[in-house]
Amino acid sequence: MSFAARAGSIHGVVGENGAGKSTLMSILYGYYQPDRGTILLEDEPVRIGDSAQAIKLGIGMVHQHFVLVEDFTVLQNIMLGLEGGFRLAPALAAARRRLAALEAAYGLAVDLDAVVGTLPVGLRQRVEILKALYRGARILILDEPTAVLTPAETEQLFAILRRLQAEGKTIFLITHKLREIMEVTDRVTVLRRGSVAADLATSATSEAELAEFMIGRKPAARAAATPARPGPVRLAATGLVVVDRSGIRRLDGVDLTLRAGEITGIAGVAGNGQSELLAALAGLVPAEGSLRRDGREVPHSGRARALRRSGLAHIPEDRQRMGLIAGFAAWESAILGHQREPRYARRGFLRIGCAVAETLARMAEYEIRPRDPRLRSAAFSGGNQQKLIAARETAPAPEVLLAGQPTRGVDIGAIELIHARLRALRDGGTAILLVSSELDEILALSDRILVMAGGRITGSFEREGASERGIGLMMAGLAAGSA
Amino acid sequence: MTGRALPPFLDYAVIPLLNLLAALIVSGLILAAIGVPPGTALASMAEGAFGSADGIGYTLYYATNFIFAGLAVALPARAGLFNIGGEGQAMIGGLLVALVCLGLPGWPWWAALPLAAAAALFGGAAWALIPALLQVRRGSHIVITTILFNFLASKFSTWMLVDVVRAPGDPSPETAGFDPSLALPAAAGSPVNLSLLLALAAAFLAWLLVHRTVWGYELRAAGQSPEAAHYAAIPAGTLAVVAICLGGACAGMIGVNEAMGVEHRLVLGFTAGAGFVGVAVALMGRNHAFGIVLAAILFGALYQGGAELSFDYPQATRDIVVVMDGLVILFCGALEQLWRRPVAALWLRS
Repeated sequence: MSFAARAGSIHGVVGENGAGKSTLMSILYGYYQPDRGTILLEDEPVRIGDSAQAIKLGIGMVHQHFVLVEDFTVLQNIMLGLEGGFRLAPALAAARRRLAALEAAYGLAVDLDAVVGTLPVGLRQRVEILKALYRGARILILDEPTAVLTPAETEQLFAILRRLQAEGKTIFLITHKLREIMEVTDRVTVLRRGSVAADLATSATSEAELAEFMIGRKPAARAAATPARPGPVRLAATGLVVVDRSGIRRLDGVDLTLRAGEITGIAGVAGNGQSELLAALAGLVPAEGSLRRDGREVPHSGRARALRRSGLAHIPEDRQRMGLIAGFAAWESAILGHQREPRYARRGFLRIGCAVAETLARMAEYEIRPRDPRLRSAAFSGGNQQKLIAARETAPAPEVLLAGQPTRGVDIGAIELIHARLRALRDGGTAILLVSSELDEILALSDRILVMAGGRITGSFEREGASERGIGLMMAGLAAGSA
Repeated sequence: MTGRALPPFLDYAVIPLLNLLAALIVSGLILAAIGVPPGTALASMAEGAFGSADGIGYTLYYATNFIFAGLAVALPARAGLFNIGGEGQAMIGGLLVALVCLGLPGWPWWAALPLAAAAALFGGAAWALIPALLQVRRGSHIVITTILFNFLASKFSTWMLVDVVRAPGDPSPETAGFDPSLALPAAAGSPVNLSLLLALAAAFLAWLLVHRTVWGYELRAAGQSPEAAHYAAIPAGTLAVVAICLGGACAGMIGVNEAMGVEHRLVLGFTAGAGFVGVAVALMGRNHAFGIVLAAILFGALYQGGAELSFDYPQATRDIVVVMDGLVILFCGALEQLWRRPVAALWLRS
């Protein structure tokens, strides 16, 4: 494959999971060596043996999963590894001066003395960008930078990127989100199965055309939404309260009913209690209030296990830490949470053959690559891990499904597949709770939309009455009530 | 380093052998430095460990203890917990074995063995239970508590063997001899006995439990990712307590080998550090039952060969043998990654 990026441009790189985006960027950052071919930097062939060399050449990388020391301050994180002498104080002072200049030049406001662990995700990302700039980066590679950001944070990030561009930096933006490509890039390279499927000026293309290049065919038209036929209440919560360790009420009296055959979407800016709601409904955190499954109160002790046994499935928001186990083979992660079900266990023994065969079948159905159930879970890309988890929690059909960010970080093809699966489950009578930071996704799937802010449900919409604008205003706390 | 793990023969055979080779080369340098010809010294060790039926018997006798001790570390390690209390758990197991055997004069060994083994398993497990509960319920670090429990077990054994069950008129701290009918079938000329088969069976059962049962699956899940185990509604605390107690039970079985199989009495200090060797064995065997069997045989050979070496070359004292054991632990455990990268690179290139 070959492509070129102009200095001072924002260059988008899109492609499905496993299309080679990450491999390509890893080569540019020196993690991998190309078997053949050359990299030209300002018309000079360069060899990038490792990331230290990449930094020396002025290439900086902002990872999807940040690499920051949470207990350190912003300043300490940025200068980590560049302390330069035995005494720390003068180095810190010098770094502070340089960073103040950088912050002013690029509009990257971050409190240098804040402890990184206390910062929201959007700011941590800025710290990563500052870190790269501090190391003299002229070329910035951002890997899925918006996957963890709220819409507002995304806008701020794009403003920063434009500013950087205006100052002559070259930016590679790796993403699945075509809308972002259209919004912010000058040129876009579409990868498919390890080669360049298209390389064109952003102004000369459209979202639809890019999607076609990416998956090699026209995306399936969105299924016309059939009206929901809500059945009996499967899960009902009243007065749920979750108090975290520092005494903050993360969930502050939430009432919620999930009916069979209905998708309830939860919209809200990240961190307003959605995660705690999912955890409380799954029985994973102690919660005050009542939780009824098919009308019967679920006792507090052993709640998670009782709910699982009752046919509740849960796509966790945090796939890395909760959804699977990095060191487990894919087939082992593919039965996590279901390991005691008769299809995987007989008289206490694992039915390994059955589990492996089933995993292989799912890998085919969901196009999970590489198609090897015995491969370690950590060896799959994020999108493929997500597909594995979504497949696990949606087949066979559960009675209740808690879906937390079910399509975070997966490509268009997989989003289609997962959405189709959720719709099919809903039509088959599953009660679904959908928590997503993508308002589009909420709007596309939900029969009923609840808005959360400050640990409470602050509004509710029926599908027909819902508009992005109305919900957006309520998410931001600018409007209240229901429509 | 993503992608498929290395093929098992590299992971479990080639790399450990390279590590062992490195340890032997450095050992050879040390031997040369104190005036012992390294080539012939190592040959003498190998000859001592494997060169005769008796040598092999001694090697396997040591290995029996080390398999039990290795499992005592490996099972809790699967839950992510480091049981360093095999030594104490073995002492308590041994005490109970002795009490059972002293109480069953005239019984044939095959009738007494189930009772003695049950006592050993129970003693080891019970001694592990308190640190396990303290860890799971109160967060008291298990490394600290099991070390303390080793001291407690040691003092308790001393008191028992000096003041309570010492044979009348016997000046040394040991029980009276058991009835000869209780002696486990053993090889002539070496102390290896039926306990070896029990150790192999224990290793096989441990493998089955960890890798083939739902319980083992949940144990490994809890050990590798507490968050994911929580998500999957796995009762990690209970699993950890049971895993630690199973480890303790394995350690207790050292008492069967020593008391019922070899000494036919209980001698103070019979564990002779086997519980600690178990840490190295588990480390080298990568907490895998089959790896532990192989590592236990290796350490058995080092013990037996080392004794032979000290006999042949007086300047290679017992302490030099300890140094050599230490080098094996260093290269096979702590420096385990030393050869991994080059071997992986070679493998991927080919």
